[in-house]
Amino acid sequence: MTSDIAAILGIDGIATGAIYILVAIGTVLIFTVTRVIFIPFGDIAAFTALTLAALDMGQVPGTIGLVAVLACIAATMEVFGLVRRQEFRKIPIALLYYLVLPLLIVLAVWALIPLAPPLPVRIAMALILIMPISPLLDRIVFRPVADGSVLLLLIISVALHFALVGLGLLFFGPEGVRTEPLTSMSIDIGGIMISGQNILILVAAIAFSGGLLLFFDFTLIGKALRATAINRTGARLMGIRPTRAGTVAYLLGSLMAGVSGVLIAPVNTIFYDSGFLLGLKAFVGAIIGGLASYPGTALGALFVGVLESFASFYNSAFKDVIVFSLLIPILLWRSFTVIHSEEESEE
Amino acid sequence: MSILSVQNVSVSYDKVEAVRDVSLSIDEGRIVTVIGPNGAGKTTLMLAIIGLLRSKGNIYYHGESLSRFDVEDRVGRGLCLVPERRELFHDMSVFDNLLLGGYGLRDRSRLKSNMEKVFDRFPRLRERSKQLAGTLSGGERQMLALGRALMSDPKLLLLDEPSLGLAPLIVREIFKTIASLREAGVSILLVEQNARAALETADYGYVLETGEIVQSGPAADLIRDDKLIETYLGGR
Repeated sequence: MTSDIAAILGIDGIATGAIYILVAIGTVLIFTVTRVIFIPFGDIAAFTALTLAALDMGQVPGTIGLVAVLACIAATMEVFGLVRRQEFRKIPIALLYYLVLPLLIVLAVWALIPLAPPLPVRIAMALILIMPISPLLDRIVFRPVADGSVLLLLIISVALHFALVGLGLLFFGPEGVRTEPLTSMSIDIGGIMISGQNILILVAAIAFSGGLLLFFDFTLIGKALRATAINRTGARLMGIRPTRAGTVAYLLGSLMAGVSGVLIAPVNTIFYDSGFLLGLKAFVGAIIGGLASYPGTALGALFVGVLESFASFYNSAFKDVIVFSLLIPILLWRSFTVIHSEEESEE
Repeated sequence: MSILSVQNVSVSYDKVEAVRDVSLSIDEGRIVTVIGPNGAGKTTLMLAIIGLLRSKGNIYYHGESLSRFDVEDRVGRGLCLVPERRELFHDMSVFDNLLLGGYGLRDRSRLKSNMEKVFDRFPRLRERSKQLAGTLSGGERQMLALGRALMSDPKLLLLDEPSLGLAPLIVREIFKTIASLREAGVSILLVEQNARAALETADYGYVLETGEIVQSGPAADLIRDDKLIETYLGGR
């Protein structure tokens, strides 16, 4: 391998890693706040790409139907639960959050489609349409078993992924899509061409990760989210609702996954089931970060991207095998080096 | 006028009844203590009052039944529990811990003034405001737990074993703070194994044994009760 090829593979790997960073950070965020390993984040990214592709062609995306159906189910479940607990005064707020807001988003996007808005608006439409899906799924699927073990939540999460793949086929159809490039420029650095798309991916990963960091450090809601992740009971005693913190975490995570979907769609053909591999590779990155550390996760995801890039050069057929085989030594390493336990954090 | 009235409350862990038919009340601006041996059900009672454990019977706060309210609703109404395990946010700074104490404040401008009041009460916390809560000493952690609770302008403070595991000098300081909170108009339910210090601070006391109230009366009377002295106060 020449140094030129190595540089090209490195740049490609960093761009792929940056995509994984967005999804992996969302995964860690959700896990720390809700204890759910949200496998379907890759699906959310794929659905965003499919939504954007439909909007590009002036079609009504399947996401509209999906969000509307999920909103109706979630609102029914929430209202039913409130009636059973005789908390009637909370019904209007529940209807606002679980039914009216998602449907307003659906209506707004639907009304904008015939106007053929420019690309930035279409991206915003795709992102805003995708964001309610995870919080609604959380209400429908995870809230009833919120006190279950991490393993139970993980099993449900895997099942939810398969259900979403089915729903993806139903709402988006079997065709693959590729959206129009976000930029056609490219830069020549030392004789190596770097595409604008790759630069955009990197900038987006840095901007969104940095934004999340600022959100955690400088806003009360961000701190409340961290507090819920650190000590759920302590947070509840401060009046912080873990369910609400969970919803915020799902919204933010979805936004990150959505952005990664928007960025990946012009360079890869995305199908209704393309999200699984993306989510799984981001998950490997998150595991390197111990499902807890954001910088560790970012480095892990970047490493996965670069490894994948070089592996595909040496043996394209085995690149996924190489990436996933990485999990075994990493888990062994973590189990030997991490001695932190819950008892230790107590007094 | 009682701020909290607990009526015939029972709490069970599966088939074991940890608290049985307990009734007690706290008048506004008073300190009421529940003393008793380890495993008597004191912490269980506190967890039931704040809503972390389900209970049978009735709990009224300002005359309103709390049965339909969850923990967060109760906190929003002015109840605040400082639990035995403190439940601090170890990986966050002292400042952030305090800030989150005021999370439920409707008037966000009070965050700053309340923080100043807490720092005036516990100058040590001001010195350590940037330090992670997990690196504090036991006494400092208790101060932080108390300070964090005070950030929310609580009307009723539930203190679970605030002296547990602390050096005698710090215990004295903590009880001095508790007494001074009464002057500030905060009602307090204090659960303690350190019966003497609790009774010296409180206005009224209840004795809880194996989940049941076996004795109650003004703290000044209880502290002179021969049987209690023998059992809980280490003799005369």
